[in-house]
Amino acid sequence: MCCSKVTKDQALGIVKQYEQVMEIIKKYDKQKEQLLSILLDIQCASGENYVAEEWAEVVARELELPISKVHDVLTFYAMFSIEPQGKYVIEICKSTPCHVTKADAVVKMFEDVLGIGLGQTTPDNLFTLMHTNCVGACDIGPVAKIGEEVYGNLTAAKVAEIVNSYRGVSSCQK
Amino acid sequence: MGHHASDPNKIVNVTIDGISVSCPETTLILDAAKLIGIDIPVLCYHPDLKVRATCRVCVVEAKGQRKLKTACGNEVWDGAEFITNSPAVRQARKDVLELILAEHPQDCLQCVRNTNCELQKLARDFGISKPLFKNEPKKLPIEDSNGAIVRDMSKCVKCGRCVEMCQEVQTVGAINTAHRSIEYEVTTAFNRPLQDTTCVYCGQCISVCPVGALYEKDDTEKVWQALGNEEKHVVVQVAPAVRVALGEEFGMDPGSITTGKMVAALRRLGFDKVFDTDFSADVTIMEEGSELLERMSQGGVLPLITSCSPGWVNFVEGFYPELLPNVSTCKSPQQMFGALVKTYYPQKAGIDPSKIISVSIMPCVAKKRESARPEMNDSGYRDVDVVLTTRELARMIKQSGFDFTKLANEEFDDPMGISTGAAVIFGTSGGVMEAALRTVYEVVTGKELANVEFKDIRGLTGIKEAEVDLDGTKVKVAIANGLKNARVILDKIKAGECDYQFVEIMCCPGGCIGGGGQPWGTTTATKEARMAGLYQVDSDKAIRQSHKNPAVKALYDEFLGKPLGHKSHELLHTHYHPRDNCK
Amino acid sequence: MSKIKKLVSTNCGVISPDSVEEYVKAGGFQGLKKAFTMKPEEIIGEVKKAKLLGRGGAAYPAGSKWEQLLEIPEFPKYIVINADEGEPGTFKDKILLGQDPLRVIEGMAIAGYVFNSHDGYIYIRGEYRAIQKVFQSAIDNAVKAGYLGKNIQGTNFEFNIHIMTGAGAYVCGENSALLNSIEGKAGRPRIKPPHLAEVGLFLLPTLVNNVETIATIPTIVLEGGEKYLSYGTSDSGGTKLICLSGNVVNRGVYEIPFGVSLKDCIYDPELGGGIPNGKKLKFYHLGGQSGPIGNEAQLDTPYCYKTLRNAGLTVGSGAVVVMDEDVCVIDYLKGVTEFFIHESCGKCTPCREGNKQIYAILCKLSTGEATQDDMVVLKRLISTMTNASFCGLGQSAAVALNTCWKLFKDEFADHLNKKCPAKVCFTEQERGE
Repeated sequence: MCCSKVTKDQALGIVKQYEQVMEIIKKYDKQKEQLLSILLDIQCASGENYVAEEWAEVVARELELPISKVHDVLTFYAMFSIEPQGKYVIEICKSTPCHVTKADAVVKMFEDVLGIGLGQTTPDNLFTLMHTNCVGACDIGPVAKIGEEVYGNLTAAKVAEIVNSYRGVSSCQK
Repeated sequence: MGHHASDPNKIVNVTIDGISVSCPETTLILDAAKLIGIDIPVLCYHPDLKVRATCRVCVVEAKGQRKLKTACGNEVWDGAEFITNSPAVRQARKDVLELILAEHPQDCLQCVRNTNCELQKLARDFGISKPLFKNEPKKLPIEDSNGAIVRDMSKCVKCGRCVEMCQEVQTVGAINTAHRSIEYEVTTAFNRPLQDTTCVYCGQCISVCPVGALYEKDDTEKVWQALGNEEKHVVVQVAPAVRVALGEEFGMDPGSITTGKMVAALRRLGFDKVFDTDFSADVTIMEEGSELLERMSQGGVLPLITSCSPGWVNFVEGFYPELLPNVSTCKSPQQMFGALVKTYYPQKAGIDPSKIISVSIMPCVAKKRESARPEMNDSGYRDVDVVLTTRELARMIKQSGFDFTKLANEEFDDPMGISTGAAVIFGTSGGVMEAALRTVYEVVTGKELANVEFKDIRGLTGIKEAEVDLDGTKVKVAIANGLKNARVILDKIKAGECDYQFVEIMCCPGGCIGGGGQPWGTTTATKEARMAGLYQVDSDKAIRQSHKNPAVKALYDEFLGKPLGHKSHELLHTHYHPRDNCK
Repeated sequence: MSKIKKLVSTNCGVISPDSVEEYVKAGGFQGLKKAFTMKPEEIIGEVKKAKLLGRGGAAYPAGSKWEQLLEIPEFPKYIVINADEGEPGTFKDKILLGQDPLRVIEGMAIAGYVFNSHDGYIYIRGEYRAIQKVFQSAIDNAVKAGYLGKNIQGTNFEFNIHIMTGAGAYVCGENSALLNSIEGKAGRPRIKPPHLAEVGLFLLPTLVNNVETIATIPTIVLEGGEKYLSYGTSDSGGTKLICLSGNVVNRGVYEIPFGVSLKDCIYDPELGGGIPNGKKLKFYHLGGQSGPIGNEAQLDTPYCYKTLRNAGLTVGSGAVVVMDEDVCVIDYLKGVTEFFIHESCGKCTPCREGNKQIYAILCKLSTGEATQDDMVVLKRLISTMTNASFCGLGQSAAVALNTCWKLFKDEFADHLNKKCPAKVCFTEQERGE
């Protein structure tokens, strides 16, 4: 990373991100037990809902853990991604309580509004659409989770409204 | 079975398959069964590693329990009744095996572990014929770019032994588990090639792998080609630890002393000269003993730490670069040999050094990388051209078709085949230290050492400390084998909490006898036998101190001058550098 | 007589969740104050009398668990609360955590007092990130008001609560996996023995209880174990938060006294309110994804641990997922199996590979390619997974399938003959989906 060709703006951006990462690590006192919290915060701050390899390295170094252990944690838990995703990740629950209340139809609704299929990201990198397992909102299923918000009792109209409300709002502010 | 730690002094009575057996409360069901001749099949279990109990092959029935219990993950309890061979147990075991085989490539005929594979043996013993499930193994690329260790992870059965070894025993952490569900795998962080990880190439992962997922890079073809080339003069050196393990590849007991047969076999293969790494081990003692005495008398950096184990050198370069000044500048015996065999030997024998191909047979995998280090060319050529492991040598012998066990003993060639008892014990933990002390004692005291044996520092124990009395001069020494144990000593040195003068560190648990290139199936018991073999060879030798080796004396008289002299520094010493490692 | 009895959920939706003043006004922290006047053995005695069974799913007697931990002579001890709530169809701990966190805190503090433990950890699933913030606020307020931290209520008892987050792994609901997760590692279960009471968090003696279980403790201490028992049946003390979801009119969380019938749970207007859209009940899934399936014939069973168990059913987490006649059993089981495939930690053979192979056969059933041989293999897989898996996840992953096999034999036979009564399976194929 340090030797590749970057523009000055890119370099400044990387430095700013590095400072953010170090701040997050310090916030948790560099405690090994706080690895999950640290990585979740870094993922949120990335703007692309992922933890880049470089930042995983920094975390490993600061927490004095082998990078292979950080990698194990990053790949074990479903909430982490090591590849960039959209600014907003839309997770549609596919567990059985939502499935029997027609979660498949909800997937289709989002696919129609976003113009992408499951597992894909919109060309403007705003939305990634994917499945998730039960998020504990079965009483309002079928359910879609975006960041910390959980939306239930969805109709095509509601879906369109929800998607629109996310356009033009910066991440982690909702 | 309540909440109390089991007591090793309490004897309990259990029944296994209706047969009674008494044993300590801390005995695993697996081991209790062995006591009465019942061999419960295992896959992920390894006697020298922490139990993981994940393969579920070793399940047994326990009276009063609804679920099957693993024989490896449970201790016995008083009054317990186990059944190891009921229909329920057999069905569970067979199903578990079938599930594993469904994911496993079926190209046994082309696999490096053909006929020597733990999974293959289970499949054979269980009579697997018509498979229950469709065979759909993952197709993963074979990683083969580091020159020492090959990773063929399509064959991984996820036993976790290599992870246990790398993370817990060696504390290197280059590989680990990752993902979950059907993506669960053993891998490096971010799938990096081994050269971009903290891997020290100790090959202990290879050593414990039950199948053909991990093995050394096969360099035998290079050697066959050299041997078949009339123009080349192919010489070979063999490490001490090889001679007490090679026989296992041909059905002999571990620890069988096969030196004579080994030399004969190497000649049959076509090597022009069969030399002994032990010769250069004696040279190493001359150089390193002198280095120690020089540091002790001139206020040099202490403790001096040995440097003959390349896995250890890789480790200190990556994890403790600040302690590099402590590491001896001596090359390993393999590399000293390489430098001399293309300078001293051709001069003495009247041969053109450019025609020499220098091959070594090692119990070690890291030596392949050591020989390829850019700086290991002080002879003006690549000092060691090819390194083969004990296993590769066995393969070449088998390919040649002669019966190893029936070979008549032969002797090493002159001059680089003469060695002492001090040299041969290099292959086991504490051996380098003992060899050094046998010489240093006489140099420091000027007296003859009555008893050359330093039994206190022998044995497979991970960390040993001793204070040796050199007729008034006290020398504090420490010995570690296995890298987790090495860290204990290194952390003490870093913190200034110890006053050792000399430290021996061997990368592999037990030392070279337990090296990553030794025959598969190595356990602590095997290492004990191999170690005993080495000490037997030592005690049978007429000369047991390095400085009394006449060939070594001649080397210095005719060629090197004196230890740590100009020529020695040119050929026999080196420098190390911090590795660009993320810890 | 009302089918609802609010003990542990009485404050939910009524008080401001993180307000100590409102919680105290509603009777909060009286249990803790009373506990300070009792000996640990006395408190455990009340918990035993209450016949409080673990509310997370395993139904282990809480009194026995507490008694075992008290006997362990090693310190420090940790109080760990399992708020992972990953079981599909379960959303009751969410209510307690987000709407009455101080009750959970009070229960933890009482446990801390009993075991002379000074550190409690509550592991809240990562998907409840917003609720974690509410809970933290409740902790902070409790510290300020002297109900947590040093010298609680003027005593020399100190207790601190730390929130640890999950990151999306159902298997972390398994107690030993949960502890690994708190320690910052991948959440794969530990080998047992040794048990968590002896070797738990940071390898020290640990209590692990579910949210609902610990939230019940203040009531038991305050009113006494016998009183709590009397709210329920003779073997299942008190009340249970049940979660109704699926094809039922009134989805949600309801606190019922043990003994209410399954029929009432699903049909009573106070509770489920019946099946919507005029459909008929086909089956229901109790206790979580790893629980058994029930049908109409068992509806009269009283909802309590013993009677449900005798009927081949379970309380489990309290989940009651209802399925109407439009749901195909095979399709439903595919969803269950897919869930376990995704959530398996991966390390043991029977679970990692077994779920996958079961799914393959279920798919063959839903595309009309399954044979009788496949059914034999299916039975073997169920048996091997149940008997030989490393942990509870693998051991119970095939329970739903196993119960359906008995209750809906005809539906399996239909699919072998390329027929789907609910018109889900082959119709899709005809549509080319």
